[in-house]
Amino acid sequence: MAIIFDGTRESYVEGLSEFLGSGQEDTPGWVADLRREAISGFGELGFPTLSDEEWRFTNLEALRRGSFSIAEDGISDVSKKTVNSYGFSGLDCLRLVFVNGRFASSLSDAGDAGEGIVVKALSEAIREDGDLVKGHLAKYADYEKDAFISLNTSYFEDGVFVYVPDRTVLEKPVHVLHVSTDEGRPLFINPRNLIIIGQSSDAKVIEHYVSLSQSVYFSNVVTEVVCGEDANLEHYRLEFESRKAFNFSTLRVNQQKNSNITSHSILYGGAIVRNNVHPVLAGEGCNSDIYGLFMSEGRQHMDNFMRVEHASPHCDSRQFYNGVLDGRSKGVFHGRILVHEGAEKTDAKQTNRNLLLSDTAQIDTKPQLEIYNDDVKCTHGATIGQMDEEALFYLCSRGVSMRKAKIIMLRAFTNETLEHMSIDSVKETLENTVMKWFEQRLGNGDGS
Amino acid sequence: MLEVKNLHVQVDDKEILKGMNITVAPGEVHSIMGPNGSGKSTLAQVLAGKETYEVTEGEITFQGKDLLDLEPEERACEGIFLAFQYPVEIPGVANTYLLREALNAKREYREEKPLKHVEFGKLARDKMKALGIDENLLKRSVNAGFSGGEKKRNEIFQMQILEPTLAVLDETDSGLDIDALKIVANGVNSMRDSGRSFIVITHYQRLLNYIVPDFVHVMVDGKIVKSGGKELAQELEEKGYADF
Ligand SMILES: Nc1ncnc2c1ncn2[C@@H]1O[C@H](COP(=O)(O)OP(=O)(O)OP(=O)(O)O)[C@@H](O)[C@H]1O
Ligand SMILES: [Mg+2]
Repeated sequence: MAIIFDGTRESYVEGLSEFLGSGQEDTPGWVADLRREAISGFGELGFPTLSDEEWRFTNLEALRRGSFSIAEDGISDVSKKTVNSYGFSGLDCLRLVFVNGRFASSLSDAGDAGEGIVVKALSEAIREDGDLVKGHLAKYADYEKDAFISLNTSYFEDGVFVYVPDRTVLEKPVHVLHVSTDEGRPLFINPRNLIIIGQSSDAKVIEHYVSLSQSVYFSNVVTEVVCGEDANLEHYRLEFESRKAFNFSTLRVNQQKNSNITSHSILYGGAIVRNNVHPVLAGEGCNSDIYGLFMSEGRQHMDNFMRVEHASPHCDSRQFYNGVLDGRSKGVFHGRILVHEGAEKTDAKQTNRNLLLSDTAQIDTKPQLEIYNDDVKCTHGATIGQMDEEALFYLCSRGVSMRKAKIIMLRAFTNETLEHMSIDSVKETLENTVMKWFEQRLGNGDGS
Repeated sequence: MLEVKNLHVQVDDKEILKGMNITVAPGEVHSIMGPNGSGKSTLAQVLAGKETYEVTEGEITFQGKDLLDLEPEERACEGIFLAFQYPVEIPGVANTYLLREALNAKREYREEKPLKHVEFGKLARDKMKALGIDENLLKRSVNAGFSGGEKKRNEIFQMQILEPTLAVLDETDSGLDIDALKIVANGVNSMRDSGRSFIVITHYQRLLNYIVPDFVHVMVDGKIVKSGGKELAQELEEKGYADF
């Protein structure tokens, strides 16, 4: 008895009562109320169109035409071995696995997180830590103004819940693996993650999205983060969805006084991908370092949407995004910096560099500074180019083959963002993935 | 070793080398001098295989092989080395990484085993010490943010590691202080032997006091217009190029 969304706005709005009636009966009333309230956002907005300023480079016609359904309760058979193959070698971490949005407890190991720390499925946290979740869930990601956040808030299945109390270090990184499988029909999957880091506490969370098939599905992720006073969070979003998937994600961070976040986004898979990174530097003296690397080929479309919101004085933010585009792929970098009236001494910097490997790849890069305070320092810069011929010749003149020279140059380019990852085994895994991708791009010949 | 015959080269339909001839035998040091824009660097870049320069006429033979048939990396593996007039900055690629890749590419070409990290490290440190190069330069990105003199020293350091058969030094002396000039000259002299040749492009006779050439050539408007022994350099220093 799958709920079918046929692409019309009504089907997504009206499907909710059926969703609430099937398998959601034992969730608390406040969650059902939240879901009902949230859908009105989508009811009013519908999917964005090209005439929407924030979506002018990303055409969602194919998504609108698609028909999707919610996965039934029973999950596909995913083996532990398969799950292990997505691990990071040598990394001692806590692991939560979700299959098509549903928690797979038999594949997870959130064992021993430490005194007072909670790392579990959000569905469990809603039952067991209701007040804590209720105080934060959907309090930051605005379901009234964003169609995808609205859908996610209404239809989310599950995701990770991380709570680190004050003055506590979560020693092991949390690896949150979202696996999608081929169920014979296009699924609509809504992972929802909530991360709460207490005062003067530390955590590292890796959100990892993979697919066991190259099937079509619509995955729509929302992650809310609260980073308490003096707290540190390093967050990873590793997007390795199916080449036919529609993937939308939002990372919404609320930063309190003197907190630091480092965000890494890697976009690799998907047909149409949109990654929203939206930190609000709400308290004084915050720091946000936002890194991203996107690699696209074929007809992939990757839209990076940044909104860095400086709401308090003396905060620093750095956006550093690199893109490598091949084939007929398209990239978008939309970097918005919003400085509120009271946010004097803001120091915000944005850099977006793009390397085009083919004549048919395309990138739209658009900085957008919105500043309501005079005492700020905001800079932005974007470059688009081919590989540096002079540098390639210099390398070849030392005896290195053209193919190798290109790989060396590409590696240097991608390392500009990867090198900021503090978890070595994640960094190394990604470096290897990137290398394999390049080698495929350059073919087996000399690549010239 | 090297024979350049009636070489004509153009860029964007503009002829730069107009019938260039030079023959270099093993063990010889040739110096090429000449006014700005006469085509010295063009010759150097053509020898290294830069594609933007189109060879329209003439031939280049290197150790019996048609050099124009070879890709830049093959030329390097065959033993040609160019110390660039303007070494390229490559951010993000460590100097040491490039050098190890380069050396191992050359060894692979000669069907030799690649050098291990430790072996390479020792080799590199020894040569750096001799050239008075700070070891930190190894870890830094290739030429990125190097001072003018550091870049030139780095070129000589690379040459020492790669041990070419023919080294072309394009104004390696410009931008060097007096001490560095001596160090670089010593670096070159220590490599001189009966099987290795050098083409030294320079504007200043001063360098040739340290690296004493067997022949000096004057290049004007894309051709060698006069050749002689080392005393020719002294003559040019006094009179300039007005006579040509
Ligand atoms: N890529 C190029 N495109 C256009 N013109 C070029 C190019 N390379 C060289 N030239 C021209 O060719 C001529 C010879 O240049 P080249 O660099 O070989 O001179 P040079 O003898 O090395 O001079 P210098 O002593 O100043 O280094 C110059 O007029 C230069 O402007
Ligand atoms: Mg020159």
